[in-house]
Amino acid sequence: MTVPAIAFYCFAAGVLAGGLFTVISRHPVHSVLWLILAFLSSAGLFVLLGAEFVAMLLVIVYVGAVAVLFLFVVMMLDVDFAQLRAEMAKYLPLSLMIAIVLLMQLALAFGSWSFAPEAEDLRANIAPPLEETHNTAALGLLIYDDYILLFQLSGLILLVAMIGAIVLTLRHKEGIKRQDVLSQMYRDPAEALEIKDVKPGQGL
Amino acid sequence: MEEFFATNAGILVIVLAQTLLVVAFVMISLLFLVYGDRKIWAAVQMRRGPNVVGPFGLLQTVADALKYVVKEIVIPAGADRTVFMLAPLTSFVLALIAWAVIPFGDTWVLADINVAILYVFAVSSLEVYGVIMGGWASNSKYPFLGSLRSAAQMISYEVSIGLIIIGVIISTGSMNFGDIVRAQDGNLGFFNWYWLPHLPMVALFFISCLAETNRPPFDLPEAESELVAGYQVEYSSTPFLLFMAGEYIAIFLMCALITLLFFGGWLSPIPGLPDGAIWMVLKMAFFFFLFAMVKAIVPRYRYDQLMRVGWKVFLPMSLGWVVIVAFFAHFGLFGGAYARWAVGG
Repeated sequence: MTVPAIAFYCFAAGVLAGGLFTVISRHPVHSVLWLILAFLSSAGLFVLLGAEFVAMLLVIVYVGAVAVLFLFVVMMLDVDFAQLRAEMAKYLPLSLMIAIVLLMQLALAFGSWSFAPEAEDLRANIAPPLEETHNTAALGLLIYDDYILLFQLSGLILLVAMIGAIVLTLRHKEGIKRQDVLSQMYRDPAEALEIKDVKPGQGL
Repeated sequence: MEEFFATNAGILVIVLAQTLLVVAFVMISLLFLVYGDRKIWAAVQMRRGPNVVGPFGLLQTVADALKYVVKEIVIPAGADRTVFMLAPLTSFVLALIAWAVIPFGDTWVLADINVAILYVFAVSSLEVYGVIMGGWASNSKYPFLGSLRSAAQMISYEVSIGLIIIGVIISTGSMNFGDIVRAQDGNLGFFNWYWLPHLPMVALFFISCLAETNRPPFDLPEAESELVAGYQVEYSSTPFLLFMAGEYIAIFLMCALITLLFFGGWLSPIPGLPDGAIWMVLKMAFFFFLFAMVKAIVPRYRYDQLMRVGWKVFLPMSLGWVVIVAFFAHFGLFGGAYARWAVGG
């Protein structure tokens, strides 16, 4: 077995174990930690495929930011998970049905999947040859030269989602004492301090 | 012998030896960094600092490390044992693996990968996990508060660090550290480096590094006057040592990063003198001196001020700088100081 093959099986086992234990862990914080293992292993798989930029991005965005927020929320939640699980049994038949339908749909799609005859050529045309330029540069050329409009539009969608989230959650409560940082910074000793010369033995 | 080093086993031996060399360098410098940190701090406060163990107290850190190792490991009754022990390991291992891509000389690098700078950024964004896991697994109030603070702080300052790095990447046209340093080479020595065109960002990057590594004046996750020792409260013995070592290695990594990005890595500051790894080490030591001085002379920030500076001051400034650098680089203004693609990659 070659070295890449060994690495592939290690990472693949990591992804599978991570995914499995994310579902069956008893504690939600452990689930998130297993999820992180799955993310890291799939980043390793991307590296093996030669997509180093995507691998690093996966680690930075998903593990470094998204999973941290997950962990944040899960740690702060004070939910009785045993009770939650008991309620889950009630909905089990329904969820099983949905799962089976989804599986059937996927199986149907996979069974009748066929490549268009020109698909291979179309895909080969877009990417700059990998021998001339490395992975990151190739991706950059593709996104910013050929698909600039789509790229910007997807950015716009994210922006709209972000603004929506802020508008939905931003409430300006009245009657709360707030820190006014600017007025704190512009305070000077002349107006904030009063120096008195206190004689010994006398109070103010 | 030479045939052996061409086989898989031989390559494995070479890679292992190189890795051990880098780890040994980092660990030995760690010993003297902790010592130097305490000495500088003591000098500013007009104390003597460590001066008993070894000549000038040089072996103080060795004694401290030994002391930590031989003490008993105490795990709190309500703690999550696995995660509790995993946290310091994560913190230490992540701090070490980032050194794999740091070049010390022109070809002196363990892994010369194309996305080196992204790799360092990814690893340093993972370092927050050691802190969060440690704080949560201790099952105690102060550690948990400390870890929440740390998570928010590290994520906030990562954003501006990332944007500042993008400025340098635009100027170089490559994410490889070797290319970034070679792009700073020139006839003027010191004045060829990126600190001059990227001057405002050098200060921002330095401050963000302080916040990213939980270093004073931004050491709020472990502020002793508020949280005893933050996420480290329940840790003793070797796990505590690992946390401590991880923290210092991360700080030293940030010194290396500043050196590579803005101060020419292994290039010599004076034209005519030969380049070499010695310059890299000297510059890293100098930036560590600055880190230590900041610790000694700047009072601790308030938490809401820290967040405000991160999101409302640093983020807009670094984002604006990316736009400005892109503009300068595209039109080749200032004699092409911002567009060094021909030299770089």
